[in-house]
Amino acid sequence: MTPAPDLTISGRASIEGAQLFAPLTLSLAAGQWTCLLGGSGVGKTTVLRLIAGLATGADFNGVISAGDGLPVAERVAYMAQDDLLLPWATVAQNVSLGARLRREKVDIDRRTRMIERMGLQGHMTKKPAELSGGQRQRVALARTLMEDKPIILLDEPFSALDARTRADMQDLAAEALQGRTVLLVTHDPAEAARLGQSIVVMTQNGLTACKPPSAPAPRKVDDLETLETQGALLRLLREEAA
Amino acid sequence: MKYLPPLAATLFALFLWQAMVVLTGWPKFILPGPAIVADAWWENRWIIARNTWITAVEVLIGFALGVALGVVTAVSLASSRAARVLVQPLLVFTQALPVFALAPVLTLWLGFDLWSKVAMAMLIIYFPVTSSFFDGLMRTPPGYLDLARTMQAGRWSMLWHIRIPSALPSLASGMRLAAVYAPIGAVIGEWVGGSSGGLGNLMLLANGRAKTDLMFAAMLTLGVFSVVLHMVVYRVTARMAGEAR
Repeated sequence: MTPAPDLTISGRASIEGAQLFAPLTLSLAAGQWTCLLGGSGVGKTTVLRLIAGLATGADFNGVISAGDGLPVAERVAYMAQDDLLLPWATVAQNVSLGARLRREKVDIDRRTRMIERMGLQGHMTKKPAELSGGQRQRVALARTLMEDKPIILLDEPFSALDARTRADMQDLAAEALQGRTVLLVTHDPAEAARLGQSIVVMTQNGLTACKPPSAPAPRKVDDLETLETQGALLRLLREEAA
Repeated sequence: MKYLPPLAATLFALFLWQAMVVLTGWPKFILPGPAIVADAWWENRWIIARNTWITAVEVLIGFALGVALGVVTAVSLASSRAARVLVQPLLVFTQALPVFALAPVLTLWLGFDLWSKVAMAMLIIYFPVTSSFFDGLMRTPPGYLDLARTMQAGRWSMLWHIRIPSALPSLASGMRLAAVYAPIGAVIGEWVGGSSGGLGNLMLLANGRAKTDLMFAAMLTLGVFSVVLHMVVYRVTARMAGEAR
């Protein structure tokens, strides 16, 4: 794995001539968590998909570049709201999917370590349907780690989980993905306030950088400054939408 | 307990059949009752068994070849845009042709024995297998494809590891449909294309000699054979369809 680079996306996007987002510049600091917070339909998922090199249905006019000048799309690992586990494959097979798709030899020891690290030992040969929602997302996280990429793109991966499981997953992901350049797209101010080392709010009017709480991420769920930030972010979202 | 509903349904059908015979008072060469047909079946059991065997061989070979050809076609269509443009309309066009009309031609090309009937069974199941599997291949959940793309998967490995496995339930439903159609295809072949035997041929001969009871016996045997084939295929494809165990 190359060291985690910083990343810049700047440009604008339109869908069939209608503007999706105005010219913007989003910078992701190397080895840090950046939370992109916004309501539905403002184009935050499009930003993430552009970085991942995925089809967006939008015309993007701009550049995406890494600070080290190396290509971006082939150095990302991607996690979505849907865990995207293949229902016909076991937990272990799902975790090593990337290697199988690239016809590389699967590093079995590493895979076992990743699965154990996610607390999933004993579930290796199970099918996804036999797992709970939280366990499934942990398999997805193990799969993401197995890819060992310097850039991690998270598209609301925890939003379908219940509150307790979500907080657990946030802690686990923050710890496991430390030192990588992470973009977390979310509509949840609480999540952004807990995890963001930098927080950017996206609205129709563009991007607004917000000051993250001073405690190191992941912050405690009852940390006062974090709760205050959460409130401030929500207020900003509502004002901008009005 | 599990066999109670089908048993009840069978008894009910026999009851209706017998009631119709009694109520209409039709002579037995028009509508023979269940007892007469059972009698004819037993009397001709060896003839029926031999002809069932002939039909079964045609059906099984036709089924295997039709499924194989359908799978190959569906995968080629799904993986090549050019194939879709060139072949897809053709496929629909061939389906618009009545297989009945093709049977004599197939006999002309492939002879009076086994292969013209195999070809009929194959032709009749080819389209349902191809189109259901192809639909499945084109409807891979987009999230899986996104994930595979970020993992730098090539076209073929995406097809092999993602698109084909996720389309297997569709292939299973195509094969289940095929299990019901394949015997019809074989019998049409035996019926139209002159024949060296088979249940369709037996039905034709029995009909010609006004042996309506034997004709019914052969027809019911064909029905039971189709139901059994469907059950077997259903069980075999259960894993493909993603049904538990």
